[in-house]
Amino acid sequence: MSSDISNSGNTPQDNVPKGQLPPESKPKFWNDPRKRSLLFQILLLCGIGMVFYTIINNTLTNLDQRGITTGFDFISEKAGFGISMSLVEFTAESTYGWVFVIGLLNTILVAVLGIIGATILGFILGVARLSDNWLISKFSAVYIETFRNIPLLLQIFFWYFAVLRALPQPRQSIEFLGTFLNNRGFITPAPVAGEGFGLVVIALIVGILASWLTVRWAHKRQDESGKQFPILWTCVGLVVGLPLLAFFAAGMPISLDHPELKGFNFRGGLTIIPELIALWLALTIYTAAFIGETVRAGILAVSHGQTEAASALGLSKGRVLRFIVIPQAMRVIIPPLTSQYLNLTKNSSLATAIGYPDLVNVFAGTTLNQTGQAIEVIAMTMALYLTLSLLTSLFMNWYNAKMQLSER
Amino acid sequence: MKKTLITASALMVAVSGSVMAGTLDTVKERGAVQCGVTSGVPGFSVPDDKGNWKGIDVDMCRALAAAVLGDNTKVKYVPLTAKERFTALVSGEVDVLSRVTTWTQTRDTQLGINFAGVNYYDGQGFLVKKELGLKSVKELDGATVCVQSGTTTELNLSDYFRTHGLSFTPVVFDTNDQAASSFDSGRCDAFTTDLSQAAGLRTRMKDPSSVGALPEVISKEPLGPVVRQGDDQWFNIVKWTHNAMLNAEELGLTSANVDAKKAESKDPNVKRLLGLDGPKGKGLGLADDWAYQIVKQVGNYGESYERNLGSGSPLGLERGLNALWNQGGLQYGPPMR
Repeated sequence: MSSDISNSGNTPQDNVPKGQLPPESKPKFWNDPRKRSLLFQILLLCGIGMVFYTIINNTLTNLDQRGITTGFDFISEKAGFGISMSLVEFTAESTYGWVFVIGLLNTILVAVLGIIGATILGFILGVARLSDNWLISKFSAVYIETFRNIPLLLQIFFWYFAVLRALPQPRQSIEFLGTFLNNRGFITPAPVAGEGFGLVVIALIVGILASWLTVRWAHKRQDESGKQFPILWTCVGLVVGLPLLAFFAAGMPISLDHPELKGFNFRGGLTIIPELIALWLALTIYTAAFIGETVRAGILAVSHGQTEAASALGLSKGRVLRFIVIPQAMRVIIPPLTSQYLNLTKNSSLATAIGYPDLVNVFAGTTLNQTGQAIEVIAMTMALYLTLSLLTSLFMNWYNAKMQLSER
Repeated sequence: MKKTLITASALMVAVSGSVMAGTLDTVKERGAVQCGVTSGVPGFSVPDDKGNWKGIDVDMCRALAAAVLGDNTKVKYVPLTAKERFTALVSGEVDVLSRVTTWTQTRDTQLGINFAGVNYYDGQGFLVKKELGLKSVKELDGATVCVQSGTTTELNLSDYFRTHGLSFTPVVFDTNDQAASSFDSGRCDAFTTDLSQAAGLRTRMKDPSSVGALPEVISKEPLGPVVRQGDDQWFNIVKWTHNAMLNAEELGLTSANVDAKKAESKDPNVKRLLGLDGPKGKGLGLADDWAYQIVKQVGNYGESYERNLGSGSPLGLERGLNALWNQGGLQYGPPMR
């Protein structure tokens, strides 16, 4: 910034060749825009530093005066409470630091699931709204206008209290192909990896690597010779077929842990709690409406002449979409799409309203209340959301740069 | 720009300084006591159908307003969730927290707050549906339990199940009301909270008679009013407001007979309580008749109990631990002299 200022603020003397200036005409430092801007920037920096110093110092003094314990010692203390759902082992013996990790993982889980769901549904909606079919385009329009105009919190309440609460008790569960649906959640058999399962994993990795190499080779060949290669089917064969082959060769090393109704609830199997389902549904349906509009805008931004020119070259309809429309539309879609992903991640903190154990619920909620260290806990939570958001935008910016028009 | 920055930071210092001013002066200046209550626990603090707050914790706030301002209606009620309560108190949003808050060492020593007495001795219990035919908490192995977030209840639950080798899944809600209604609609097999609150919340369930409490009481829950640390005068006022209500019951002073007793009683204890003799209101910085106003406008502790929790309420709770010390309970008001 400083170099911009100094360039634009050249004094006439700077243009005079060196050596011809009389020494006494050197300007006073406040007349030299470079030095002056430097001075102002130093002053501004001092001012900002002072504000932060005052805020922090003031807070610490006040906390001390009121006898409130400060510091981060609580992180290694035992938490002593239970959490309804955790991706990794959690007991009441775990520490508050571990509670933070559990909450973080649960937040990431619902955010990632939500992003996947909202992206798929959003793209379908966006394309559907541009459909020539009157029914499909109107359905999409009504969907978008309805769901993006109802507050998200109400949608979460709707799914949780109105829909999922109406499900039957565990004993009257709705059974479907060995899975159960009741008001405690969705219970499915859990796959348990047996001996020799490592082989399948290795096969999967090999398959992915091999298809990556194939894609590279096929692209190179096409660039050089113009010959096309059936990439899709080769990759499907490698990624799905190879592990399947390994699976059967190793003697089908996966057993299913079937849920059983014992006592109050189902034991065994995998339980997806209704809080997660409600939150995921609400986040997906709400954000998809916005993504739908973004996608529509992106497609409309590609001029019709492009499509016509591509058709004139004899490309099929599918190829026009794949090679001409979508790559250009993506450039318009990605930046606002990033914002939607960030919004979705931050909106997932509404979980606390229905008791889904996300970061805000278990850390900025229960932990804050049990330890009373509001400032530390809230600061950690805010820093984490900031980090998550920055990582998401970093990834999306990278993807955006990759999708940009490569100019030659 | 620098000038604005300095002014801004000076302002910040000034603002944070004014919070530390005496709570009594602030209350008098404002003309109302700001009282942190629950967002709705029958018997303790709940708005009735006309929007007036009722309950034993609400009576504590009314008694404070009667003692400090001479008018028990000068209370501004601030409903708080369990998570918000201490931050609201410490930041000066409320003057006193009268909100079924359990007195524990951590809270008393690390949060910058002080407990000014115990207005209800409680214990944690479990509500279950009667149709399950359960006899004991020990039969709850594998159950899903609804509980309020950020409470001692949440910790006791986990402790009890762990020490008895039982497994459970907690479902944690912001308010006790949400936890109770989630239990009612079948999300959980059991609902745990302090027994008195459970009795109150049970009255709101779809079919209260189908819900029963298990016999075990798994913890001590002394509930009482809380104030900010570092303001001893206000701490004393809250403490002695409660003590005055206990002493009034012990001396047989009620809102109905207090005027007559004031005119004719020869009992030196009664005279001291009513401010005709003894320490009066000087040490507290209050009017001499502060305790008289409490008894006249709000009543003694027993009256408040019967009206809100006991025989005069839908809860119908026995006095139990909350009877006076000379009637087999724990409520003991230090002498007013």
